[in-house]
Amino acid sequence: MFALRNIVKSFGSNAILQSVTVEAEAGEFIALVGPSGCGKSTLLRIAAGLDHCDSGEILLAGKPVTGLSASDRNVAMVFQSYALYPHLTAGQNIAVPLAMRELSTAQRLPIIGRFMGGSAAIRSNIQERVKDMGVSLKIDHLLDRKPGQMSGGQRQRVALARAMVRRPAVFLMDEPLSNLDANLRVHARGEIVDLHRKAGVPTLYVTHDQSEALSMADRVAVMIGGKMLQLDTPQTIYENPTHVEVARFIGQPRINLLESRLNANRLVRFGSVELVAPAAGENDTVTLGFRPEFVRLAAPGAGLSAQVERLEFLGSEIILFARLHGMGETIVVKLAPAEARTLTAGASVNLSVDPAHIMLFDGKTGARLKADVVEAPAHMKATLHG
Amino acid sequence: MTQTLNLGRIVRLSLLSFGALVFLAPYIFMISAAGKAQADIFASSLSLVPQQWYYVENIQKAMSRVDIPTLLWNGVVVCGIILIIQVMVAVPCAYAMAKLQFRGSRFMMALVMLGLLVPIHATALPLYVAFDTLSMLNSYAALVAPFSISVFAIFLFLQFFRALPDDLIHAARLDGMSELGVVARVILPNAWPAVTAFAIFSVVAHWNDLFWPLIVVTNSDYATPPLGLLFFRAAEAGDDYGALMAATLIITLPLVLAFLMAQKRFVEGIAMTGLKG
Repeated sequence: MFALRNIVKSFGSNAILQSVTVEAEAGEFIALVGPSGCGKSTLLRIAAGLDHCDSGEILLAGKPVTGLSASDRNVAMVFQSYALYPHLTAGQNIAVPLAMRELSTAQRLPIIGRFMGGSAAIRSNIQERVKDMGVSLKIDHLLDRKPGQMSGGQRQRVALARAMVRRPAVFLMDEPLSNLDANLRVHARGEIVDLHRKAGVPTLYVTHDQSEALSMADRVAVMIGGKMLQLDTPQTIYENPTHVEVARFIGQPRINLLESRLNANRLVRFGSVELVAPAAGENDTVTLGFRPEFVRLAAPGAGLSAQVERLEFLGSEIILFARLHGMGETIVVKLAPAEARTLTAGASVNLSVDPAHIMLFDGKTGARLKADVVEAPAHMKATLHG
Repeated sequence: MTQTLNLGRIVRLSLLSFGALVFLAPYIFMISAAGKAQADIFASSLSLVPQQWYYVENIQKAMSRVDIPTLLWNGVVVCGIILIIQVMVAVPCAYAMAKLQFRGSRFMMALVMLGLLVPIHATALPLYVAFDTLSMLNSYAALVAPFSISVFAIFLFLQFFRALPDDLIHAARLDGMSELGVVARVILPNAWPAVTAFAIFSVVAHWNDLFWPLIVVTNSDYATPPLGLLFFRAAEAGDDYGALMAATLIITLPLVLAFLMAQKRFVEGIAMTGLKG
């Protein structure tokens, strides 16, 4: 088990982390995702012991390690820059963490160390494991090369091998795929997930790429502005965001968000439905959210009328940008190419939103509101009371 | 080599060759004089090629009058110890100043800059008095100690270490290295170009140094090569310039050879890239 509890960190008056908590079960893969500057890398560095938190508690394998230095924590990390030792070959790079932990100080001495008792056996065992690691990551033919003679993808594998060659209490990965080209990145995602499953070591994976987070992780932690807004399975994060910022950050294309105001009965009408906000709370501004795939084309005269601004053809789907009449807001719609065949920029369309998938957020705090969705009276259709 | 000789190239090459000749002239003259007989040196005509080849005789004379092996050994010991201590002190110090955050690092930086501004000549007298009080004159310690901390080395390494990526040091810590381990296993191997460059400066400066040995050494047992030559000229050689030049040739030869060998490594070291991930 691995846990970061109530981590607080600030640089001067700048609060980077505001009481962040992440707990991972044994063997769990957690992706920390957020826009740049949200504090996710700082959290990772604190977990590694490269940085120290102002307050909070860190547990590795169930033991508190809060005050320990990086070298005394049993963690392995893959860096964005890979951070391979340039003067050592790939094989030597992979052997370093083993040699540092399994050979005594005397046995590590150059030349003399080779003649210390037991050194030869340990060394050959390390060589064996380095070779095995090389074979399983398909870099065994590169073990004699130096990092300068390898491509980005090869270096990334060596960095991965160096982290995985021993059994740490936790794997930390700081955007390990961001320096790879797009094809290689998608391929490497699957490999990291496979390796993680085989090793069964809890993993904390930092990325700013939400598709990486959603596709790889058992649970996704969304961090925005130094706060942990939601930590849940990728599906829940996507379908049931608890905060408007989570909804905004996760999902490609972006979720549609419309600002609105509750009327005296604490309800807001949108298209053919009425959303009823919980009675509590004096704040009457709300944000309506619905994902692009839950908007459909409707028959003329029905639903919301809009004008097509732009169409983006993406092969398996078409992204439609449409400006709502009356409101002036542009919403994004994801359509199957067959549906959108007749549409052109400038044309008028009618759109309907699946009422079951409309979410309501508090306009001030951004928190999700539990809304009751009811069919609106017929004469009120196609209007939005702002 | 395959380039054709056009006018611009000829002009450039002749300018460079002329410049090289100006710098090499004293050395060439020394080599020439080392092979001349006494009469040849004082002959009215100036010729670079000796009329009679006197190299063997001059070298024999020099070897019999000066203890050249001792001079060379002293030079090697003094320069070697100075270089090793300088690197051992400066590398961890520069690492700490470049990569660790600690109170007083700015103050230390100011001290280093201040140290760069103070020449040895300014501190020579107090140092001499101190060594005299400790009865340490005429010893290797007196020759080595004032140079054991080189602020120039700290400054040079500091600039170099700042360019090393922080992640490299973080990775080393996560792999289980102590701070000294990081210096010995990661920083030093990657600082090789800087260490080589510094070694050239340091060895050349201290091998050729006459000022400080002249102050603290009066006994020829501890004389460094230039001081030995001075003793030789003053006491024994008189006007035997042939022998003197032969002795000079012998003591400059190791440095020339060492530099020619180190130069290749030096250039290789600078060309070593791939520090970035």
